[in-house]
Amino acid sequence: MGRVEGKVAFITGAARGQGRSHAVKLASEGADIIALDICEDLPFAHSPHATPEDLQETVRLVEAAGGRIVARKADVRKRDEVDAVIAEGLEAFGKIDVVIANAAAIQYKNVFDLSVEDFEATLDVNLHGVFNTVQTPVRHMIERNEGGSIILISSGIAYKATPAPDYSAAKTALITFARALANELGPNRIRVNTIEPGYVLSPANDNPKYAERTARLLGREPFATPEEHREALWEQLKPRNMLPVGWVEPEAISNAILWLASDESRYVTSEELKVDAGFADK
Amino acid sequence: MGSTVATGRVAGKVAFITGAARGQGRSHAVKLASEGADIIALDICEDLPFAHSPHATWADMEETVRLVEAAGGRIVARKADVRSREQIDAVLAEGLEAFGKIDVVIANAAAIAYKNVLDITVEEFEATLDVNLHGVFNTVQTPVRHMIERNEGGSIILISSGIAYKATPAPDYSAAKTALITFARALANELGPNRIRVNTIEPGYVLTPALDNDKYGERTAELLGREPFASREEHRAAMWDQFKPRNMLPVGWVEPEAISNAVLWLASDESRYVTAEELKVDAGFADKSA
Amino acid sequence: MGRVEGKVAFITGAARGQGRSHAVRLAEEGASIIAVDICHDVDLIAMPLATREDLEETVREVEAIGGRIVAREADVRDSAQLEAALADGIAAFGPPDIVVTSAGVVPFVPFPTMSEATWRTTIDVNLTGVYRTVKAALPSMVEAGKGGSIVFISSGIVFRGGGLVVDYASSKAGVVGLMRSLALELGPHGIRVNTIFPTNVLTKMLDNEVFGAVVSNAVNEGRPFESREQRVEAMRGMLAARNMIPLGWIEPKDISEGVLFLASDEARYITSESLRIDLGFGGK
Repeated sequence: MGRVEGKVAFITGAARGQGRSHAVKLASEGADIIALDICEDLPFAHSPHATPEDLQETVRLVEAAGGRIVARKADVRKRDEVDAVIAEGLEAFGKIDVVIANAAAIQYKNVFDLSVEDFEATLDVNLHGVFNTVQTPVRHMIERNEGGSIILISSGIAYKATPAPDYSAAKTALITFARALANELGPNRIRVNTIEPGYVLSPANDNPKYAERTARLLGREPFATPEEHREALWEQLKPRNMLPVGWVEPEAISNAILWLASDESRYVTSEELKVDAGFADK
Repeated sequence: MGSTVATGRVAGKVAFITGAARGQGRSHAVKLASEGADIIALDICEDLPFAHSPHATWADMEETVRLVEAAGGRIVARKADVRSREQIDAVLAEGLEAFGKIDVVIANAAAIAYKNVLDITVEEFEATLDVNLHGVFNTVQTPVRHMIERNEGGSIILISSGIAYKATPAPDYSAAKTALITFARALANELGPNRIRVNTIEPGYVLTPALDNDKYGERTAELLGREPFASREEHRAAMWDQFKPRNMLPVGWVEPEAISNAVLWLASDESRYVTAEELKVDAGFADKSA
Repeated sequence: MGRVEGKVAFITGAARGQGRSHAVRLAEEGASIIAVDICHDVDLIAMPLATREDLEETVREVEAIGGRIVAREADVRDSAQLEAALADGIAAFGPPDIVVTSAGVVPFVPFPTMSEATWRTTIDVNLTGVYRTVKAALPSMVEAGKGGSIVFISSGIVFRGGGLVVDYASSKAGVVGLMRSLALELGPHGIRVNTIFPTNVLTKMLDNEVFGAVVSNAVNEGRPFESREQRVEAMRGMLAARNMIPLGWIEPKDISEGVLFLASDEARYITSESLRIDLGFGGK
């Protein structure tokens, strides 16, 4: 019996990276998956986003892990697109037990470079997108009256001053969003928690565009290979963590997701679960 | 008894647990044993004069031993006082002799007086600090030295309390339990390079013999301004109703196993990158709105 | 010599309540005031907001104590309006040294039924509006090279936010994340950024029928109160129970004291700080 046997989890940003890892981990422990991803680049975001092929690969991996999956291309900024995917998922699986609001976008601009329009664009995905992701499942869970587990992916940036006012604002807001929602939905036995990842190696930073940024920040010529970039990134990030690592792998975040999604954490609500190799408190 | 051990989530690990004779400590010992760990356990096994309710007995500890072995684990269990460094080190030496290593430390032993600032004397304040803070120092330091030498990392778990987030008229317990959070954070910083993780768990209300006893029943009746309870069940029912409004989830308390689930997670490699974390298991007690 | 003598303070939401109090207190201590307020109600926000008459009263009170003030109508959701108001103020007094973001709205709606439009409005005013305010003031502050003090007014609800305030609490928490990022980036420019978390203040934000309904549901079984006095007394009891110091609310001037301290040079090394002025609410 898997640790989330028979549960249905709704995951945004599931086409690659952390979201894919969560989908596969939960499926390997007995859950069915409703997945969405924008599957296209966002003009204001720093690095490329996922592709439809990425989402198909997630489907393949989830099914190989023994799970069923409904996966659709959808934009969390658009409530009707999100609701359409949820409706399909409910049609297929009959319920939602777990929500993982993982879809995000990041620009890496400081206050002098980040216009108000840029600020709003980030909030649109990282904050309004979370509102859109969560509200319909919450209504479903209240009606179904079997409780539920809502997990919002915040960030270590909530604890560590970073020159990115948009991302800082949105990810910090999510912690209190979870706290307030946990208070409101406690009587319905719906738990609401956040996870604060530190540095995670995923396609969001393991890509040529981000490599250009790393090289620039380190004041050196461009990297010849992804391996070279990864090495330099590891050395750059390692001193910022307590544990002697530059980053954690997506599976480490998925371990926390699995725990919060399962009944093992049935009394845990309004919690901020850092998985960050000690980044926040270094 | 082999199959669970081989595939358990802390298979092959050795965990050192204080306050293990009953309640939460016993629950952690049994949970970890059921997932493949061996246990080094201690408990004071006698009452403390300044503490409000009775503590465990040696008979309690014998029951913990029985339950751990029934769950498939080996255990070295001794009567020892965390305020005494020699006593702790003696238990550790025996445990290392038996099992060869320590992977996990759970500093769970505690004492509580339930006195407010006007009633508590400095001596009483120091007495609880002795158990809840100095006792944790004693519990942790020798295993840390061992882990550094062995160089295979480790997981140290300090049991703090929801009191760290919720103002409570108990200055001694508040001070000690809040201090543990920063103790963990500082230790996590210092021991990070050694891959030793240090975290705290903040339980909310947990129903254990620490609350589920006649002495505490008297206290509950007094706080509620009513005549003494006729039975344990009556006390429990009143306590449930008293605590429930303080939690987000519609429960008066959680069972010890809920805390053990968190202990298991932090002890296992599933949480290998989690350090300097405060893991609340409290039904939403800490952040409950008015 | 006043504690902010000769400084220029840019204050949003200044027409009444906390914003007016900050304007008057800073003026009392020698600052010139650039005051803005939307001065009309906002769609989807049931509570009544300030009026032009309110803003004129703020002007009167500041001038009555010998202060100077430029007051303009501006919606913090509109950068052009903010910039125009600020330009008038800078023309009169010079660039701002102090920024106080006091403008805010709270709809009091349960999450399951909250419309996306209401959610977005709350975020637009309380969070993006704060960023707009900073972005409007920043160029002249940085160019003047004198440093400065930015004070965000958040809310104690961030620590204990419960039902009916998921949007409000989130927006107020977002401001904290903003503070931390800006404090880091602006530190080298001598611009400090701090946040105040007030508890309830008896201003029109609470002293209205909308919050009255919240109170009557909580303590009066949903029955409406017979008078404002009865509503206020019920509110007092309900709120006092949440605080360490057993009062229902504090006064705007209690918050203004915190604003004044953080705005002044007495706080010259304080940045990225969270200051609760809240009767102990956030710690209870």
